[in-house]
Amino acid sequence: MRMWLGQHARAAISALGQLRRKPGGSLMTAAAIGIALALPAAFLLIVDNIESAMSGWDGMPTASVFLALDTPPDQQAATAERIAALGGIQEVILITPAEALAEFQATAGMDETLAMLDANPLPAVVEARLTGRLDAATTERLMNRLQALPHVEEIRLDQTWMQRLDALLELGNRTIAIIALLLGLTVTLVIGNTIRLDIENRRSEVEITKLIGGTDAFVRRPFLYTGVWYGLAGGVVSGVILVAGMQAVSAPATRLATLYQSAFQPAGPGVSGILTLLVTGLLLGLFGAWLAVGRHLATIEPQ
Amino acid sequence: MIRFEGVGKRYPGGNEALRGLDLHIRQGELVFVTGASGAGKSTFLRLIPLLERPSRGNVLIDGVNLSALRRRRIPFLRRRIGMIFQDHRLLHDRTVFDNVALPLVITGRPHQDVARRVRAALDKVGLLRRERAYPVTLSGGEQQRVGIARAVVTRPPILLADEPTGNLDPALSREIMHLFEQFNQVGVTTVIASHDLPLIEALGHRRIQLHDGRAA
Ligand SMILES: Nc1ncnc2c1ncn2[C@@H]1O[C@H](COP(=O)(O)OP(=O)(O)OP(=O)(O)O)[C@@H](O)[C@H]1O
Ligand SMILES: [Mg+2]
Repeated sequence: MRMWLGQHARAAISALGQLRRKPGGSLMTAAAIGIALALPAAFLLIVDNIESAMSGWDGMPTASVFLALDTPPDQQAATAERIAALGGIQEVILITPAEALAEFQATAGMDETLAMLDANPLPAVVEARLTGRLDAATTERLMNRLQALPHVEEIRLDQTWMQRLDALLELGNRTIAIIALLLGLTVTLVIGNTIRLDIENRRSEVEITKLIGGTDAFVRRPFLYTGVWYGLAGGVVSGVILVAGMQAVSAPATRLATLYQSAFQPAGPGVSGILTLLVTGLLLGLFGAWLAVGRHLATIEPQ
Repeated sequence: MIRFEGVGKRYPGGNEALRGLDLHIRQGELVFVTGASGAGKSTFLRLIPLLERPSRGNVLIDGVNLSALRRRRIPFLRRRIGMIFQDHRLLHDRTVFDNVALPLVITGRPHQDVARRVRAALDKVGLLRRERAYPVTLSGGEQQRVGIARAVVTRPPILLADEPTGNLDPALSREIMHLFEQFNQVGVTTVIASHDLPLIEALGHRRIQLHDGRAA
C-alpha cells in the first residue's frame, strides 16, 4: 500500500516536473481549458443570479382586484378582509377610490384632467400579494375564488411576464447544458490531443521503460497525472476568470438593483462553485488523458 | 536457464532470421554468440525478453515456456533480464543517476534503497563521480557503462549484451568484457553477442556460432 502510494506520488510529481519544463505550452493549454470551463460556469452564474433577483423581488406576484364602482366603503373593507383570508394570499392593501385619486393627482399633468370630472371615476382596488410564485392550477383556482366574491368586478394578475421569464430561464438552462456538454468535450479533446503529442515526444522513454520491465500501468501513470494537472490548472484558471469577472460586474449590477429598489446582491461562484470547477477540470483531464493513453500507449513496443 | 527448441523466426516481409535453433545455456554460464552480420545474433537475444515472439519452436527461461506467457506477465520476465544494447538506449533528459535508477523505480523500491543500489552499480562500472551528468556529456564508453550499470542494478539472474563493445577501442572493449566476467563470477548467466573474435578467443569462454539461422 505504501509502495503503491509512493509510485503514485512519484508519477504525479514527475508529471508536474514535465509540465514545468515547458511552462509556455502548459500555460496556454491550461488557459484554453480554463476559458472553456469558465464560459458555461459564467452563464450558469448569470442565470442563477437572474433567478434569485426575480424571486426576491418585492410585491411580486400581485393580483389587483378591482371592486365595483358602487361598492360602499364598509363593503370595500370587508371584501379586502375576505380576500386576505383566502389561502395563497400573503397580505392585502385596500386602495380606496379617494386614495387612488390622490395618487393619480400626484402624477404630473393629471390634475387638470381629473378636475374636469365631477365624480371620482376610480374604483376601489385590493392589491393582493400572493404567498409566492404559484403553479398554474393553483393560481387558476385562486382567481376563480376571487372572482366569485361579491363586489369583485375584475382581476388583473400581473404574472404573464413572470411566466415568460420562467420560460426564458428554462431555455437558458437548457442552452447552458448543451454549451457545457460541448465545451466539456472540447476540454477532453484538447487534453487528449496534448497528451497524445506528449506521448509521441516521449516515445523513446516509453519504449525504454517497457524494455526494462515497466508495466502498462507504470507507463500510463505519468500521462494520466499530466491530464489531471492540466485539468486542475484549467479549473484554477476558470475560477480566477469567474472571480475577476464577478468583481468587474458586481458594482454595476448592484447599482442596477438599487434603481429597481431591490436589495439584490449578485452572488459569485462561492467556495462550492470553485470546488466544482476544480473537480470538473480534474475529471475531464483524467478522462481526456485516459482516452489518449488507452489508444496510444499499447501501440508503442520496444524495438 | 535458457533453452531454445527448434526456434524459427520469420520477420514480416519474409526474412528468415532463425531456422530451427536448438541450444541450452545453463545457469551461471558465460556464452559468446558469434556469426556473420545477419546471422541472427540480435534476433536470438531479442527472443529471450520477448522483444520478439518466435514464429515456431519454444523458448524456455528457467523452465517457463515463453509461448505460454501472458502479455501482462512480460514486464516481470524483463525485470529478471538485464539487457545491454550497442546504442545504449539511455534517456537523454535524465541524469546518469536517474537512468540507472529507472529499473528500481519501476519495481517501486523505497527511496534510500534506490540511492544505495544505484551508487553501488555506478561504483562497479567506475562512474560514481558522474552521477549528476547527462548522458550526452559522456563518452561512448562511459555511456555503455551507464547502460551496464542500469542492466545490473536490480541484480537480475540473466544478463544479455548485444555487441556491447561495438564502437569501443580494444583496451576499453577488454575492460567492458572483464566487467561482464565479474558479474558472471557472482552467478549471473551472461550471453554476449559480439564480432570481436580476437577478444573472444583470448577470454576463452563457451562460444555459440550462428550460421544460416542455426547453431553451427
Ligand atoms: N525488424 C526486422 N524486420 C525484418 N527483418 C529483420 C528485422 N530484424 C532483423 N531482420 C533480418 O533478420 C536477419 C537477422 O538479423 P539480426 O539482426 O538478428 O542479425 P545479426 O546477427 O544481429 O546481424 P549484425 O551482426 O549485423 O547485428 C537479417 O537478415 C535481417 O535483415
Ligand atoms: Mg545485431
